[in-house]
Amino acid sequence: MKPYNIYISGVGGQGIIKTSTVIGEAAMKSSMPVVMSEVHGMAQRGGGVSTELKIGDSFSSIIEKGSADILISFEPVEALRAIPKISNKTSVIVNKCPIYPFNIRESEIAYPNIEIILEELNNNSKEVFALDANKIANESGHQLSMNMVMMGSATAINGFPLKKEIIIDSMKANLPKNSLDINLKAFENGFNFVKS
Amino acid sequence: MNIQEVLKAKENEQLFLLGNEATVRGALESGVGIAATYPGTPSSEIGDVLSKIAEDAGIYFEFSTNEKVALEVAAAASVSGIRSFTFMKHVGLNVASDSFMSVPYTSVEAGMVILSADDPSMFSSQNEQDNRYYARLANIPMVEPSNPQEIKDIMKYSYDLSEKFKIPILMRTTTRVSHMRGVVNMGDVMEPKREGFFKRDPKRFVPVPSSARVMHKVLVEKMENLKQVTNNSPLNQIFNRKGKVGVITSGGAFNYVMDVIVENQLEVNVLKLTLTYPFPDELVLKFIKDLDTVIVVEEVDPIMENELLSIIGKNGLKKIVHGKLDGTLPMIYEYSPNIIIDAMESVLDKNLTKYDTDESPIKLPERPPTLCPGCPHRAAYFSVKRAAKLLKLEDVIYPTDIGCYTLGVSSPYNAADYLLSMGSSIGTSCGFSKATNQSIVSFIGDSTFFHAGIPPLINAVHNKDRFVLVILDNRTTAMTGGQSNPGLPVDGMGLESPEISIEQIVKATGVQFLRTINPLSVRKAQETFKEALEFEGVSVVISKHPCMLIKNDKRGEKFLEVNQDKCDACSVCLEELSCTAIFTDEDGIVHIDPQLCNKCNVCVQVCPEKAIGIKK
Repeated sequence: MKPYNIYISGVGGQGIIKTSTVIGEAAMKSSMPVVMSEVHGMAQRGGGVSTELKIGDSFSSIIEKGSADILISFEPVEALRAIPKISNKTSVIVNKCPIYPFNIRESEIAYPNIEIILEELNNNSKEVFALDANKIANESGHQLSMNMVMMGSATAINGFPLKKEIIIDSMKANLPKNSLDINLKAFENGFNFVKS
Repeated sequence: MNIQEVLKAKENEQLFLLGNEATVRGALESGVGIAATYPGTPSSEIGDVLSKIAEDAGIYFEFSTNEKVALEVAAAASVSGIRSFTFMKHVGLNVASDSFMSVPYTSVEAGMVILSADDPSMFSSQNEQDNRYYARLANIPMVEPSNPQEIKDIMKYSYDLSEKFKIPILMRTTTRVSHMRGVVNMGDVMEPKREGFFKRDPKRFVPVPSSARVMHKVLVEKMENLKQVTNNSPLNQIFNRKGKVGVITSGGAFNYVMDVIVENQLEVNVLKLTLTYPFPDELVLKFIKDLDTVIVVEEVDPIMENELLSIIGKNGLKKIVHGKLDGTLPMIYEYSPNIIIDAMESVLDKNLTKYDTDESPIKLPERPPTLCPGCPHRAAYFSVKRAAKLLKLEDVIYPTDIGCYTLGVSSPYNAADYLLSMGSSIGTSCGFSKATNQSIVSFIGDSTFFHAGIPPLINAVHNKDRFVLVILDNRTTAMTGGQSNPGLPVDGMGLESPEISIEQIVKATGVQFLRTINPLSVRKAQETFKEALEFEGVSVVISKHPCMLIKNDKRGEKFLEVNQDKCDACSVCLEELSCTAIFTDEDGIVHIDPQLCNKCNVCVQVCPEKAIGIKK
């Protein structure tokens, strides 16, 4: 099976590694080969974080340039940083809520306008789903469920190789019991955003 | 997955494991009884998992004060008949290297594996040294797994090999292998042996010159015999795909090579080396016999390439060799699928499947990692800088050390001027104090102080140096994920443990100026730093407050906010303190993000207009 490549990017602390592990375990439970690459160390210190998942036959867990089937970005500028990984065959899901780098006030490069970011993503991909995932997460019960909103949206994309039910099972096995209901709701709301 | 599954999963079950988690399972399946480490990325998660499961598994595990001690704990366990495991990041092996060099001389009894997690591209390290040289330097066999399943399986293999030849095994991973997650099939967990017995045998275990001379001879013979193993091991695998071109590769680089060959259906033969030292020269000779062209794909230095060239030279062969030395592959940093594609295209002179995508033409602001909101280090930096300014000190030197506080290198703190290695803050301060008349403020963390800070502090007092040493005691080993250290009342397995007092250690060195402060009390901190800067000699300030990542219910639910009537947007909180929880909106109005704020109250104290307070 030719691998289905998932690139997830964002900022440390947004739950990127947890999201990726939920997807990866769901692939394993679906009897699909899966490998994943994580970046540790600086993850809790506000730097950029990305993970790469390949569901299918692959030796390495690093996605070739332009070969991501889907880009899930939890932050707009981090989506643009991932542009080398995408092509006109890539579906993009991006959270529209910016997180400004801590030193943005003294940075020579300003934070780009969100409309420019979305246009650039549109020009470089097959389709772009831009959502206010923080708002949807808050409506689901807590802002920290934003990662599950994003995962829900990804699950609804045409061609995403994993069944919704198996991802929900994987959520149940990986997320804390006391916030599971909120996370399931956030997942559902993210799913419906793309479907509708 | 619950991390306990690493221990509890039954034979033939599958888990989706990180390379580092698979390492622990490999240790469990090998019956390891004693394990020791000093935390360091990319090896940290091995210790994190062990600290959670060691007690249930019946294993003894510790976070040692440094890598040298960790290796010595493991070596003694091994010669007492207990299988032992020590693991560290690549530069940690430099620290352990003194004893590391002796272990192959004195030999082992029960199996011993030393894991070095190398960091090509330096995701979280000061250099990208290639620790395959250490296998050669010390005469230790080396294994290089490519994925989590291999790590687990090769751990087991290594323990058997170690026992058979009475020699430690060096396992080399790289960041991409340690932090690769994949499906791993479980084997059976082996009951660990925990009670050993050391049978004295000074001729074997004490390398005084007369014995060491014998030991070295025996070691060289062992390595010669081990060549039979590396030349014939099924772990060193040939993938025959016809054609006159072959690739010799190992570790993480093998994965990229195979993906490119499979995707493009290339007629390229591959020799995957897993047991990479002693270098399997006969196997390599057999592999290259019918080839015209050989590409060596390895991270980071051209080590196998040089081995290959020497085999070709010794046998008077004529082969074209591509690798790092002819520029086909880069000499620095980790590889990627696209680096291999480009190399294959140039060697095979044909176009392969690829997308030539580029970075976005839109300029993107960088997003460097930084200190967390409420981090006590930020408060310490703020007060030190203020104190130096109040005393009108110029050209202050800030030697720093390895930990979160190294992030003080960025603006506005600019509190990291010189760094070499763990503990170097204090040793280099001794040098600066002798070489210059500048004021010196040196920073070191609690865990790093225990690791390598004590001998240079003794040196400083004894040699009458002059600098301020700030020990940033945040009650944890924060940068690597919050492991325990000797300054805490718990050990590596979470059991109650005597707490070693930094204050008592400093006192014992004879330091005449010693204060302990809470960095979150800004005025007091500033006054103390001023006094310390004015002191003639070595002055030590212990800046003590727990890391904000440690769960603490006491911080409560009160929120800070900016009183917009009082705020005149002077920017002290934004530009001098630069806390990540404080931001301005499009209209330039200053706000505090309640999601990020950790309620440290430092901004309340530094605001000249007293505009920040508790939300009513």
